[in-house]
Amino acid sequence: MKTKAEAVIIGGGVHGCSIAYHLAKKGWKDVVLLEKGTLACGATGRSVAGIRHQFGTEINVRLAKESVKRMENLEEELDYNSSIELLQNGYLMLAYSEEELDLFRCNRDLQRNIDPHNMTEILAPEQAADLVPGLNLEGLFGASFNRRDGHASPFHVTQAYADAATRLGVDIHTGVEVAKVKKEKDRVTGIITTTGQEINAPIVIGAAGAFTKKFGEQVGLDIPVVPERHQVAVTEPLEMILGIMVISFAHGTYFKQTPHGSLLLGVGDPEGEVKDFNERSSWQFLYDVVQKTTFHWPALREVNIIRQWAGLYDMTPDSQGIVGRTPVDGFYLDLGWSGHGFQLAPAVGQVMAEIISGETPFIDVSCMCLERFERGELIPEPACV
Amino acid sequence: MDENTIICRCEDLTLADIREIIKKGFLNPQEIKRLTRCGMGPCQGSTCRELLLREVASAAGKSVGELEMTTFRPPTKPIKAKSILMGVDNNEN
Repeated sequence: MKTKAEAVIIGGGVHGCSIAYHLAKKGWKDVVLLEKGTLACGATGRSVAGIRHQFGTEINVRLAKESVKRMENLEEELDYNSSIELLQNGYLMLAYSEEELDLFRCNRDLQRNIDPHNMTEILAPEQAADLVPGLNLEGLFGASFNRRDGHASPFHVTQAYADAATRLGVDIHTGVEVAKVKKEKDRVTGIITTTGQEINAPIVIGAAGAFTKKFGEQVGLDIPVVPERHQVAVTEPLEMILGIMVISFAHGTYFKQTPHGSLLLGVGDPEGEVKDFNERSSWQFLYDVVQKTTFHWPALREVNIIRQWAGLYDMTPDSQGIVGRTPVDGFYLDLGWSGHGFQLAPAVGQVMAEIISGETPFIDVSCMCLERFERGELIPEPACV
Repeated sequence: MDENTIICRCEDLTLADIREIIKKGFLNPQEIKRLTRCGMGPCQGSTCRELLLREVASAAGKSVGELEMTTFRPPTKPIKAKSILMGVDNNEN
């Protein structure tokens, strides 16, 4: 491994790999990415990997618009010869109260204001049932739908960025864990791994989700991020019966069918979860997910559950990412996406590369800076679970 | 062995498929599982796990015991959602 680099990225999730690619594309010659496990083994690979325009804050609407556009051509852009398994048939958000439906209307107006071509529409319950045959209409007030939304494979998207970055000269090391970020006076000077190897670098980028908190502490920064376990159940592969992704904020549930045929059924328990790094599955989750998803879609009762997994959201106080420079020179952050980060990685990777290169980013993400928490300038995202 | 031999029955992966991903440089069974779906089907790798490990071990010049095993995920066997629901009812009674 090198002992010197222009920049070290900590974390081989989709954000770390996207930053690596975008830096290399800008001509950075000497970038190292360190991942303690394998690529996408953390929050990225454990996500259900939805992709959507339907957000409720201006910053996310802008990032999402650019990111979806890139996902549509990602295999070409990155010259990836496998498929990223993008299914772009739409994303349905179920509203279980008039207030929730009003919020969706507001979000749609915001999205249309920012992008006149935005396709988000508000549907009546019966129209939602046309998209999900057999959908339970009990308590349903309506839904928000955008047919340009969808989902993809988080492993392949990450691998595609990593492969492209490697071709452009980035050194990616898996199985290498960073123990410490080094700092002298007010700036970072590199990292030390758990096996004692050092890389000296004037720039260190923390993209390790909730694990980034400890690196912040080492350089004197309080990064308000906590891990929160969310779990997913997988069914046996079925014929394609669900082209779209479905989500209910009221129940904390979401489900999709992968191109391969399995349905992925997810639910979180933000109230009940202990905020630690436990990534193990629980049997209580099986009860919870089956009760909630068969309520939305009773036909699921007849389907076999074949496995389940768990993963960690990296939650911030306003459920928004923390992006960009920090008060410590050379230390940059890209984390805290609180469950909707996968889909934004294409745009955020470019934004990060531009900020690190000293340019004005093509999307202004200054509202997502770390200092917002101290200043009390939170930007709560209403459309997330 | 015939390269058309099926390694993962649930996901329809042949020995040739496995050798191809190994040739791309993937020598970690977890990574191979995630990229090819080997072992992610209804039988949860009960046949293919060992076959995959053996193939990776020989390519990596290691013993099977030195490799990182893929995660065993619950439930052990496929179980109908409605059977789980019946369990919920019993729990509450």
